[in-house]
Amino acid sequence: ISAVRSGSEAPPARADATFKVTMVPGDGVGPELMSAVKDVFKAGDVPVEFEEFHLSEVQNMASEEKLEQVLNSMKSNRVAIKGKIHTPMEFKGELASYEMKLRRKLDLFANVVHVNSLPGYTTRHNNLDLVIIREQTEGEYSSLEHESVTGVIECLKIITREKSRRIAKFAFDYATKKGRNKVTAVHKANIMKLGDGLFLQSCAEVAQLYPKIKYENIIIDNCCMQLVQNPYQFDVLVMPNLYGNIIDNLAAGLVGGAGVVPGESYSAEYAVFETGARHPFAQAVGRNIANPTAMLLSSANMLRHLNLDYHSQMVSDAVKRVIKQGKVRTGDLGGYATSDEFTRAVIANLAA
Amino acid sequence: MASNAWRSAVQHVAGALRKETRTFSRGMQTVTLIPGDGIGPEISTAVMKIFEAAQAPIQWEERNVTAIKGPGGKWVIPPDAKESMDRNKMGLKGPLKTPIAAGHPSMNLLLRKTFDLYSNVRPCVSIEGYKTPYTDVNLVTIRENTEGEYSGIEHVIVDGVVQSIKLITEQASQRIAEYAFEYARNNKRTSVTAVHKANIMRMSDGLFLRKCREAAERNKDIKFTEMYLDTVCLNMVQDPTQFDILVMPNLYGDILSDLCAGLIGGLGVTPSGNIGTNGVAIFESVHGTAPDIAGKDMANPTALLLSAVMMLRHMGLHDHAKRIETACFDTIRDKKVLTGDLGGKSKCSEFTEAICQRVRDL
Repeated sequence: ISAVRSGSEAPPARADATFKVTMVPGDGVGPELMSAVKDVFKAGDVPVEFEEFHLSEVQNMASEEKLEQVLNSMKSNRVAIKGKIHTPMEFKGELASYEMKLRRKLDLFANVVHVNSLPGYTTRHNNLDLVIIREQTEGEYSSLEHESVTGVIECLKIITREKSRRIAKFAFDYATKKGRNKVTAVHKANIMKLGDGLFLQSCAEVAQLYPKIKYENIIIDNCCMQLVQNPYQFDVLVMPNLYGNIIDNLAAGLVGGAGVVPGESYSAEYAVFETGARHPFAQAVGRNIANPTAMLLSSANMLRHLNLDYHSQMVSDAVKRVIKQGKVRTGDLGGYATSDEFTRAVIANLAA
Repeated sequence: MASNAWRSAVQHVAGALRKETRTFSRGMQTVTLIPGDGIGPEISTAVMKIFEAAQAPIQWEERNVTAIKGPGGKWVIPPDAKESMDRNKMGLKGPLKTPIAAGHPSMNLLLRKTFDLYSNVRPCVSIEGYKTPYTDVNLVTIRENTEGEYSGIEHVIVDGVVQSIKLITEQASQRIAEYAFEYARNNKRTSVTAVHKANIMRMSDGLFLRKCREAAERNKDIKFTEMYLDTVCLNMVQDPTQFDILVMPNLYGDILSDLCAGLIGGLGVTPSGNIGTNGVAIFESVHGTAPDIAGKDMANPTALLLSAVMMLRHMGLHDHAKRIETACFDTIRDKKVLTGDLGGKSKCSEFTEAICQRVRDL
């Protein structure tokens, strides 16, 4: 507690105590990205200690006990850094994946992806700055499916007023806190009149409590089209689950792909830091080609969340400096560097 | 066994279509024209003028559609429009109003249901001369159009809790998967990608994916890949050239087809076709009714025109299709006479006249 206080009172002063953080590397390149984070933290003398848990469905390393261990660790640490737990698509009687179970047990209802162009890396759309806020506990991801008769499957999408209002409030609070001007609700209420209609209505109601923030709404398909044509019109976007999955990935693609955009998920009590577009990137495992940028930026956001502003700034500055210099880049950004080389370049830039 | 029966059924239908195609090209063919709301009538007139200039063997039968209450309180389209479509099989349609949260279902939804328009096809090809951040886009989205998230089955369980049902059936999934491969072969395309979210919706999207895999087994001359929806979105905005034909359930198709339209410049330049059972097909522009510019001679008829071109191809009138398409693209590339949304200052009628002139000269 004292560390938190000293951190918040006198940033960017260095904290003395060590923070414990739960780490779930996940599948695919997750473990490689985590080792980049650990290396950078070690080199930067960051006062964070990780409690590592390997939870993986595809490697038969997932069980209720394991999940329980992660949850217990989270309960005391409150903060985690996490890779993507890959979800096999074969249906084996279990509809909910571990990724979903974790989200639900911790009630991580809000996923935030801040899409920011990286200075020095040019894409088709530059100087982007928008925030995507996604409800991620209900909607299409409710794991309620059944076969009514042979060959006919019903999949339920659940939208509740309570959760719609909660995510809307989160979005407006976020906008207020970060000094943003506009919140846009993304929906498909012209087709799903009741479900998305309820979401839209909840957003409009909450919007009235925030007269200083402009409120708009847009239909999901139009939103996607606008994002590739004129993404600058958006500021903060708030949406139900599936649309969030789509827009997170689309927007990440606009600024350089899954390897460069950080993300985070929040409940009332917990914060989980991860990449913005959550992919295991399994084809890159062991090839030393994954881009650690997204996870490193996410870890920097985590440090800020822990009030370790000095260290947060140090890590994110180092990453951005390496990208801007343009000498050491991984393949996804058109470079030839390995993951390790990139991480070493970041470490070399820590002190600077 | 079942798959063989299915395949032969498809071949039978395809054969029937081919026979019809021959009769099409002989004489005048009647097409039902639904001008639609807002800018619909203006752009429909533009298309009719250009078709006349090209001497396309098409005569139009104009019908208006508004939702009316049929016997038993069910919403239906007007009987004269239905009867016209049933007779002509071919339709061209402008934009129709979709009221948000109103009493009756959207007209588009109603048309889809009435004629069982199970497949929505949208070729997205970069237009030379109309600059967007993306060049060399050349892909087709094929969307299942009758079920999925748009089944229209929703209810309030208790106050504040709504349940919407996404319906995926074996039959519809198989039909769309088979159509995607059929389309690929007919249009000399080489690969089909199934877009799904079977990691989350394990049963419903799982079924869709399984049917795509089975269709791929029967169509080994076409390359088949599968990809998560989110991965497609991520890759699409970075490098759209890697995609050829994409086949997917309703909602994903709705979103991706508009996203792809965005890559080439928006709905104002994207054609669309709906393929139904019994040889029915309705081609349409998918942009809005643009009430703000309606009647001001400012609208861009390109999307409806290119949809009409798609229709000509579907009817086997390839020469006329090519001439009209070339005239349209040349006019855009020339940049002299363009409507406002394409970056010019010309009126809809001037743009239309420019295309007519080229059609006559070709």
